[in-house]
Amino acid sequence: MKKVGNQSYMLENPVNIAATASIVGPKEKGGPLHQFFDQCLEDEFWGEKSWESAESKIVKETVNMAISKSGIAARDFDFCFAGDLLNQCIASSFGLRETNIPFIGLFGACSTFVESMLVASSFIDGGFATNCVCAASSHFCSAEKQFRFPLELGNQRPQSSQWTVTGSGSAILTKDGTGPFITSFTPGKIVDMGIKDANNMGAAMAGAAEDTLIRHFKDTGRNPSYYDAIFTGDLGHIGKDILIDLASSKGYNIKSNYNDCGVLIFDKDKQDTHSGGSGCGCIATVFSGYIYKMLQEKQYKKVLLMATGALMNSTSSQQGESIPGIAHAISIEL
Amino acid sequence: MDWYMILKAFIVGGALCIIAQILIDKTKLTPARILVAYVTIGAILGGLGWYKHLVDFAGCGATVPLTGFGNLLAKGAVSEVQSSGLVGAFTGGIKAASGGIAAAIFFGYIASLISKPKIKKQ
Amino acid sequence: MKPIQSKEEYQAYVDDKTPNSPILKNCFNAFLVGGLICSIGQIIFEICKTRGVDESTSYTIVSMILVFCSAFLTSLNIFNKIGKFAGAGSLIPITGFANSIVSPAMEYKSEGYVMGVGAKMFTVAGPVLVYGISTSILVGIIYIIFNTQSLILV
Repeated sequence: MKKVGNQSYMLENPVNIAATASIVGPKEKGGPLHQFFDQCLEDEFWGEKSWESAESKIVKETVNMAISKSGIAARDFDFCFAGDLLNQCIASSFGLRETNIPFIGLFGACSTFVESMLVASSFIDGGFATNCVCAASSHFCSAEKQFRFPLELGNQRPQSSQWTVTGSGSAILTKDGTGPFITSFTPGKIVDMGIKDANNMGAAMAGAAEDTLIRHFKDTGRNPSYYDAIFTGDLGHIGKDILIDLASSKGYNIKSNYNDCGVLIFDKDKQDTHSGGSGCGCIATVFSGYIYKMLQEKQYKKVLLMATGALMNSTSSQQGESIPGIAHAISIEL
Repeated sequence: MDWYMILKAFIVGGALCIIAQILIDKTKLTPARILVAYVTIGAILGGLGWYKHLVDFAGCGATVPLTGFGNLLAKGAVSEVQSSGLVGAFTGGIKAASGGIAAAIFFGYIASLISKPKIKKQ
Repeated sequence: MKPIQSKEEYQAYVDDKTPNSPILKNCFNAFLVGGLICSIGQIIFEICKTRGVDESTSYTIVSMILVFCSAFLTSLNIFNKIGKFAGAGSLIPITGFANSIVSPAMEYKSEGYVMGVGAKMFTVAGPVLVYGISTSILVGIIYIIFNTQSLILV
């Protein structure tokens, strides 16, 4: 692994993405990407008593599905990197307690999925691991309960609010294989744009996304047209527009090949999701479902995947703190 | 049935809701803060004896919105003070509003026994 | 677009980018539903009056019936749909207060009946009771101070 520029890294041995799996909830089933997901649930409880345990079950089943798709025995995995949005990451740790794979819990808010792939690929490229599992999840109901209001409360959602994706995505990263490969990555810095409105996460995270994106281009000497497609995690409709503006103000035109997973996963008009999808599960399921299949079918040959996270909790927003954002980018090439 | 009174209740109650809706949409006030503001303003207006005129005019148009709940608390406190002094300031408010509060707690408990939350299908 | 230099400039830019709520439609819906709830209350009140129930008891009956209806609709998972349509129209009448007690009670059932339902019931409605009751006590005390002839200290 070689450091280029200020904060980007080129992998000497590109890391193989052997398999992915995704399970989503019923709302996502009604969205435009439904045919790409491995499994769509009929209800949010999935036979469990609470949403928290339903989310754990989604993580567990997604990881098991990804492992069995890869054809690698569970005992041959060196690490599992996973995280979610619930307090102390219980969805991942409870969901994965029976896997018998060394577990490293991660928290990067909604950037967790790319964070886990970034950490796993440096472990593999550095020779510390051969096979790793990466996973992230979120659940609309458990997120509403923890961050906002009870589901049955009769309130209106602001136009800038986003809809937390119910679902989990998992990717199996290995040392050897036929691709797609993770070839480089740019871990992000914490960027605080001073936004305090917890109902406008896209605006809070867009600054961090811009910072990482431009850092990546400068460090690697690439420009936006190097990639067939650039995806951000969950900036939503508002954040996507802001990022396009911010990037163009710095001289990078990403309008033609850039999209956001939160924009893709729901149909804004039909599903009334306002600014789009959000949550760790957003980029995790869209990558594991849609983007990975596009790579396999060679629709895309070079993809920049950049997950964005809002580093806040309900206490900090009640205390009037602004919302710091973060974005991690990895480039995936065939 | 006094249809004119029902119409007045509709208009006054609706108008109080419009004010709250403008506050929600135009300011960053959360619904919880608006409820608190309404109940506090209602209690102050009730204490000053002004809210009574709105109740006389619009009936349930004034008592059903949360300002009416605040008014009821303040009115209860004042009338209990008149009959039993300082203790009345503490007992009067809840006594007057006890019907609504007790009903909300009891029905809330029953609802939690029989029903589970569901996702908004929209 | 010119590069953004300060947080204030960014906030102004974001406010400009964020779509506004459809305030006219929301106000119309709020007026309609809020007015409807109040006039249903008035109808109940009129029925009580014709049966010879005194005024303050009638108002209490109105509150209790509306609270029951709100709790019932919440438990049928309908109230949040009404609330989404009506906004302040269902929030401001006592139905909103009842909903704000019933919805956390249902939500936190998974944490048990004592620390879940019992304790979390007031997470949303608690402040309303705290500020409403405290204000009423202050009103009572101020009334004593300004009407000394009515002062009958126990």
